[in-house]
Amino acid sequence: MSSRCRARLAALAALALLSACDREERQSRAQPVPETLPTPRQSILQPGVPARTAADPRARAYENNSYQMSQGQLLYQKMNCSGCHAHGGGGMGPALSDAEWRYGGSMEEIVATIDQGRPNGMPSWRGKLTEQQMWQLAAYVRSLSAQPRQDVLSSRPDAPSSTEPATLQSRQPVVPSSPAGVQGTSR
Amino acid sequence: MTGIARDGEALKGAELEGRLDRTWRPAPGLWGWLTTVDHKDIGRRYIYTAMTFLILGSILSVAMRLQLARPESGLISPARYNQIFTMHGTTMMFLFAVPVMEAAAIYVIPLMMGTRNIAFPRLNAFSYWTYLFGALLLWVGFVLNVGPDAGWFMYTPLSGPQFSPGKRTDIWAQMITFTEVAGLAVAIELTATILKFRAPGMSLNRMPLYAWAILVTSIMIILSLPAVALCSGMLIADRLIGTQFFNPFEHGDPLLWQHLFWFFAHPEVYIIFLPATGFVSQIVETFTGRPVIAYPAMVLAVVATGFLSFGVWVHHMFATGLPRLGYDFYTAATMAVAIPASIQIFCWIATMWLGKPRYATPFLYVIAFIVTFVIGGLSGVMVASVPLDLQFHDTYFVVAHFHYVLVGGAVFPLLGALTYWFPKFSGRMLSEGLGKLAFWLIFLGFNIAFFPMHITGMLGMPRRVYTYPANMGWDGLNMLSSIGVGVIVLGGLVFLANVALTLRRPRDAAPNPWNAASLEWAAASPPPPYNFPHVPVVRSATPLWEQGPLPVMTGLRVDDRELLITTAIDARPDIRYPSPEGTIWPLLSAIALAALFIGSIFTPWAVVIGLAPLGVAFLAWFWPKGSPTAEPVIE
Amino acid sequence: MTGGGGLQGEQFNRLFTLFMGITGFFYVLVIVGMLAGIAIRGRAAGTERGERLARTALLGWIAAVVLGLTVLTVGSYASERRVSAAIPARPPLEVQITANQWWWDITYKNAVPANELRTANELHLPVGVPVKVTLKSNDVIHSFWIPSLAGKQDLIPGRVNDLLLLPTRTGQFRGQCAEFCGTQHAHMALDVTVEPVASFRRWQQAQLAPAAPPSTPLAQAGHDLVMSQQCASCHAIAGTPASARFGPDLTHLASRRSIAAGTLPMTRGHLYAWIADPQGVKPGNNMPYIGFDSAKLHAVVAYLQGLK
Repeated sequence: MSSRCRARLAALAALALLSACDREERQSRAQPVPETLPTPRQSILQPGVPARTAADPRARAYENNSYQMSQGQLLYQKMNCSGCHAHGGGGMGPALSDAEWRYGGSMEEIVATIDQGRPNGMPSWRGKLTEQQMWQLAAYVRSLSAQPRQDVLSSRPDAPSSTEPATLQSRQPVVPSSPAGVQGTSR
Repeated sequence: MTGIARDGEALKGAELEGRLDRTWRPAPGLWGWLTTVDHKDIGRRYIYTAMTFLILGSILSVAMRLQLARPESGLISPARYNQIFTMHGTTMMFLFAVPVMEAAAIYVIPLMMGTRNIAFPRLNAFSYWTYLFGALLLWVGFVLNVGPDAGWFMYTPLSGPQFSPGKRTDIWAQMITFTEVAGLAVAIELTATILKFRAPGMSLNRMPLYAWAILVTSIMIILSLPAVALCSGMLIADRLIGTQFFNPFEHGDPLLWQHLFWFFAHPEVYIIFLPATGFVSQIVETFTGRPVIAYPAMVLAVVATGFLSFGVWVHHMFATGLPRLGYDFYTAATMAVAIPASIQIFCWIATMWLGKPRYATPFLYVIAFIVTFVIGGLSGVMVASVPLDLQFHDTYFVVAHFHYVLVGGAVFPLLGALTYWFPKFSGRMLSEGLGKLAFWLIFLGFNIAFFPMHITGMLGMPRRVYTYPANMGWDGLNMLSSIGVGVIVLGGLVFLANVALTLRRPRDAAPNPWNAASLEWAAASPPPPYNFPHVPVVRSATPLWEQGPLPVMTGLRVDDRELLITTAIDARPDIRYPSPEGTIWPLLSAIALAALFIGSIFTPWAVVIGLAPLGVAFLAWFWPKGSPTAEPVIE
Repeated sequence: MTGGGGLQGEQFNRLFTLFMGITGFFYVLVIVGMLAGIAIRGRAAGTERGERLARTALLGWIAAVVLGLTVLTVGSYASERRVSAAIPARPPLEVQITANQWWWDITYKNAVPANELRTANELHLPVGVPVKVTLKSNDVIHSFWIPSLAGKQDLIPGRVNDLLLLPTRTGQFRGQCAEFCGTQHAHMALDVTVEPVASFRRWQQAQLAPAAPPSTPLAQAGHDLVMSQQCASCHAIAGTPASARFGPDLTHLASRRSIAAGTLPMTRGHLYAWIADPQGVKPGNNMPYIGFDSAKLHAVVAYLQGLK
């Protein structure tokens, strides 16, 4: 085997490795991980103190997959999340496209928030959404503040929208909001 | 003027050829391979690449036919199937059909015009590299599971940011941009070559019909490609920076995409078909031993087809609910396309009557072309009618229709033309026995595969479905189509085997093995880097059939690359023109352009940052090298 | 032949016969001409007379082609105009169809809102009654096509199209989305029943009724699950708290011919298969995997089977 041939094989191997990238895979079934929620079922939540949640391997899988994120986008519209949160800018509920996360801004914490509900109006969606759907929603919610990889996001929905294209937003740091900020009404 | 060596009485024969060879031969080795601007090298490369994509696209079609052979088949998942049919359509239209037609013209047209190189040869090299990088982008994406999956027509909003998440569609749209740049460059070169580089005496009315076909095609490319460049650019903007061109809820319009896309994509069918009619005209002329009758009618038919093709795009949109009166116009315009096509068919058949046909393989492809293309044309007349089209639209009837038009109407003539010009490309004759075997397998396989699709379509089977229910009356016909594709594949393998076996033999072809009439057959087989030792002079439409040796004109430099430019209508000698040497900068420019295009899939900043290396490459490419040497011909 | 069940279908058949006649004539002419040219093997070669004759024949040929195309164009216009003349602009029945990825949302319009009838993936039409079908889309472009009744018409987001139907023959037909609309384009069918006016009225009355209450304890358990679990987040069942509009209306699910837009026939076994693993049957569709255990699955299927 000539050295040129070997170099070609090496290049092919590199390509094959790259193909492990599954950003685009349309995985319509849930990830094959035991169907348990990542969070303690009962929490003693304080605003500003993020729930202690175990890291879940599904978080990255959902967050780095554009299909799952677009399914989250669809659910965000269909489940009327915008009724309170608007298109991320906030309304009756807090804004989702800014830096402040009352109950934590990680995938696991957002799933826990959707699952359990939170005081002052956020209902629990347990039994209303499947876990897979909560993960999809969480991935989309994080994309509103440009947390996930840029190449996974879609720039806008095919719907009226007043927010700037997600692909052009700068990434917001994930910080819990101060308890004081939470006591009043949301911005 | 002393000191400048020119061909003439004093300099001819072997010495002239040796000196011309030194002047025109590309640099040796890998460097020469990367820097060559010879139209024959680039044309051959273009043809090889495009034929490779024909093979890849065919492999995809085999996968689809395996899936569709039986109802409710679980062989290929729906997501994968959608990628496969998208890739099949995209590869065949953008990476095979249009490039291969341009490629053949890049090789043949300068020879046919009797000149030494194509106009703008560095642009030609740049065009090839750009096309190659765009094609690789698409296929590497497909292999990495980032292949497009919203159909080769990419209707919005399905291809928009919400319903096609990820980068699949962006890769498709940016591949379009690459092929746009490449296609426009070639169209400009060919237009210039045909209008200004013709041999002295080859006035427009003595030009071979193939050159007319390529001239009209090139002008159509220049007029139609900007429409798809515009809409694919708008799609990328929608997807990357959140513009609202196609968002119906922000006063954008999904139908805008269809108008722009079909304004390009319908002429594209004729961009593929017209060069094929040129192949047919050349083959008919050669193998009947007489010029095609009614030359003015043939030329007018080609030009008329070019015009009409821009007025028919709405027949792809009869089901979208546009105003009825508008439909009537497009119905009439589409029907009218049949008139020039029927004139050409008549003239070819009448030429067969009046000539003495020889049934060599290229001529068999012409007969197969008429048998199949006329079916495709007549089913095209059917889908021009609104009530019929509303029934046939997006069914397998349309699949059958356009495969009859594009395979019957363009691939058969192409295979004929490849067989016909193969001795010119390679210096060797393809085997007639294997060639005929391949012909019959491909011809029969094609009809077994695609004729039943007319009926499946009429029985209501829609296109682009990854599976279909049993007991709809579609099962047997689909199985038959799949078997037919198997037969085509066998024929394709025989064709490839024929090429491979022939290339192992020593060169043995005479310059004009078929006794053809056009100038490319005056050059050696294969032609030397300078094509012709002396510039040929043309006194009729069939120069090689005239009595006596081919008259020539002398006086071009042999120590520098110099071409003769003639006037656009009458082809009177006008000026001597310097033709550029090989250079690496077209390749480097194409690499810089590829970086800019691929980067801009991910961030708009790539356009800004990518301009710097591109600007450097272009500057180096265009840097003036001394005073221009173009000078008028001294009569 | 697909046409024949509706006015457009009949017109299609007639027009198609005309087209086949004329195009077939020209095809035979071309092939016979070419074969004759091959057969005489150049006996006409080189004669000046032959050349002149060919030029004259070319003129005749062009005239014939133009005449043929004119007949076809006029025939095509006439056929179209005859259809629009035969159907009143304001037909007595109006149906609104909204396409979604990958199912059909169907509403029978009525001046009285309470009498508006909503169903999914199954269209019933009275024979001989003109119907106006209003076409909308909630997501991407789809195309509404019942091959036996009429040609297709696109459903485009942000636009409203309409199509006038006049079924002329009773029977069961299959409709199908005809514009590529994503992963499950292949499984976006529509069951169509054309029936006499009286039985259409009976069907309409039955469909207007609220959902049948569960009749067995098992079905009652299923009802409770459907209301308390994820099902009710997306589906509506008239007469129960479930009223979401994301998924197809389930009020009279068991009376339909198929499940999931023509993907599976409506049988007990297929209902099990569908609810247990929707992504296995129709990969990529928007119904999630719920993960019912077998006891819950039995209960839910028992309840859904009662929704006649």
